[in-house]
Amino acid sequence: MVSEVKTVLELQALTKHYLTHRAVDGISLAVEQGEFFSLLGPSGCGKTTTLRMIAGLETPTSGRIFLSGADVAAKKAYERNVSTVFQNYALFPHLSVAKNVAFGLERRGGFGRAEIAERVDRVLSLVQLGGKQSRMPSELSGGERQRVALARSLVLEPDVLLLDEPLSALDPKLRKQMRVELKSLQRRVGITFLFITHDQEEAMSLSDRIGVMNRGCLEQVGEPAAVYRNPQTRFVAEFLGDVNWIDGVGVRPESITLFRQPAGGASRYVKAVVVRNTCLGNYTNIELQLEGETTCFVQQQGAGTGFAPGDSVYAAWNADDELAVPAEQLASVPA
Amino acid sequence: MNTLRRWFLAPASVITILLFLAPTAIVCAYSVLTRGAYGGAGQPVTVENFFRVFDPIYAEIFWRSLWISVVSTLLCLVLGFPLALFIARSKRRMLFLNLVMLPFWTSFLIRLYAWMFLLRDTGLINSLLLSAHIISRPLPLLFNDFAVILGLVYGYLPFMVLPLYATLEKLDPALIDAANDLGAKPFVTLWKVIVPLSRGGVAAGCLLVFIPCLGAYLTPDLLGGGKTVMLGNLVQNQFTTARDWPFGSAVSLVLMAAVLAVLFLAVRRKGEDLL
Repeated sequence: MVSEVKTVLELQALTKHYLTHRAVDGISLAVEQGEFFSLLGPSGCGKTTTLRMIAGLETPTSGRIFLSGADVAAKKAYERNVSTVFQNYALFPHLSVAKNVAFGLERRGGFGRAEIAERVDRVLSLVQLGGKQSRMPSELSGGERQRVALARSLVLEPDVLLLDEPLSALDPKLRKQMRVELKSLQRRVGITFLFITHDQEEAMSLSDRIGVMNRGCLEQVGEPAAVYRNPQTRFVAEFLGDVNWIDGVGVRPESITLFRQPAGGASRYVKAVVVRNTCLGNYTNIELQLEGETTCFVQQQGAGTGFAPGDSVYAAWNADDELAVPAEQLASVPA
Repeated sequence: MNTLRRWFLAPASVITILLFLAPTAIVCAYSVLTRGAYGGAGQPVTVENFFRVFDPIYAEIFWRSLWISVVSTLLCLVLGFPLALFIARSKRRMLFLNLVMLPFWTSFLIRLYAWMFLLRDTGLINSLLLSAHIISRPLPLLFNDFAVILGLVYGYLPFMVLPLYATLEKLDPALIDAANDLGAKPFVTLWKVIVPLSRGGVAAGCLLVFIPCLGAYLTPDLLGGGKTVMLGNLVQNQFTTARDWPFGSAVSLVLMAAVLAVLFLAVRRKGEDLL
């Protein structure tokens, strides 16, 4: 069976220049129908500006945006069939939960009062807020507000749901729980999610594909595991996880195994001295000193390592696990 | 700690008693006296003055002050809201706020005389319209209700704009983005989101305009030309020409009671928004 892949959102050389800097610098991207796509990057990389241009809240300097095949350049924010979950939710404080959720439907027109109420009830039970219709936003917990914001956008059945760091305002425990819920919600409703985050763990765990942004440019797009294993730039390699740069080659800490003898079947190894062990519960970080003062980090499963500071060891890894970052990207890597 | 706090409060208490409570007490005392033969006041003590306030001649002045104040307040709101919104969303808000407050640098009296020069029959507006042959005789712009309302709106507009600005400036711009994003056209966003969320500023601005309008004296005196008499003029008149201090005091107190009643109702209904 061949499943038909449909592009729901396409950006062509999208650019936003401000007087003093280039916030977004020629981004091209195609997001498929039903996909969970994350734009990942540090703060100030242009991901929020990109999202706001898609929503129609910012005007691009140049470039084009297509939604379901149609150029939306001439469409105002209120005419575009996208909806945004804002970072601090932006719930209307003077409206009840039900009225917040009904706001978009009422603006569309063509829905009777009974139909609006029914749709609001349905979407609220979808986000597990059934029975909270008459609460005011100020009476809700952070997690509940988050769900109201989601419901308010989902009820419109947008072509693309834009999420601007929606989990960052939650405390860490709740964040992990909402992450799981968000993913299963997206699967159930089948709406395309464009998720903005600076948290690589969040992006990796949620997304079908991620796009890594840096300084207004999209550096790499791909499935999370593929981007993690085959970063095409030094920035991507380092943003998605820790990297040891050993003789111009990138090796992730978890790819390194330590041996007391130069053996063990690994294809590459270097001599090193253990500096310290840091136990983090389910794994332990080992700091090594290589020849030439280079520091190298190794991550091992479990709470103990069997190596003590001062031990001479061999740090070994498979050539397959080396990150294939192009050589010109590594010009600035210390030897 | 408590002693220290009392010492710090002392200057404010003294000022309040000397400059506010004492004069009010004197006015209260006068209001229940009888007018003297050659001005001043004396025995016997009576409440007759308060009954006179509700005499139809004076009641009409009350109603007139009331409707002129209400109309002026509403006009200030209609004019001030867009202005405050514009300033709050502008990048040069400090410049615009200073422009709003600029008239305060000149005496209100002088500014009202300036208005008279603009509005009178041989004033700038009428001469321009006449010389352009748009009108054949001068428009009645001065010495009527129109001129008084114009003067009040002009004088008290900043008191509407400033509290509205303070509320609108605090309004989270993300809420406007959200409304826009959810399909609300600009006017709907204004009506459904911005206006309901600035009710506190609207109430504060309306009070700050309505209360001084109700007691206005200078504007109706100069721009109304004695024809448009408001409560402030009635009080002034009793203390000067009519030489009836007790009745003037009674009118002042009734005016004060009316203002306090408005304030009380407003604070009770929208207390948390205002404070």
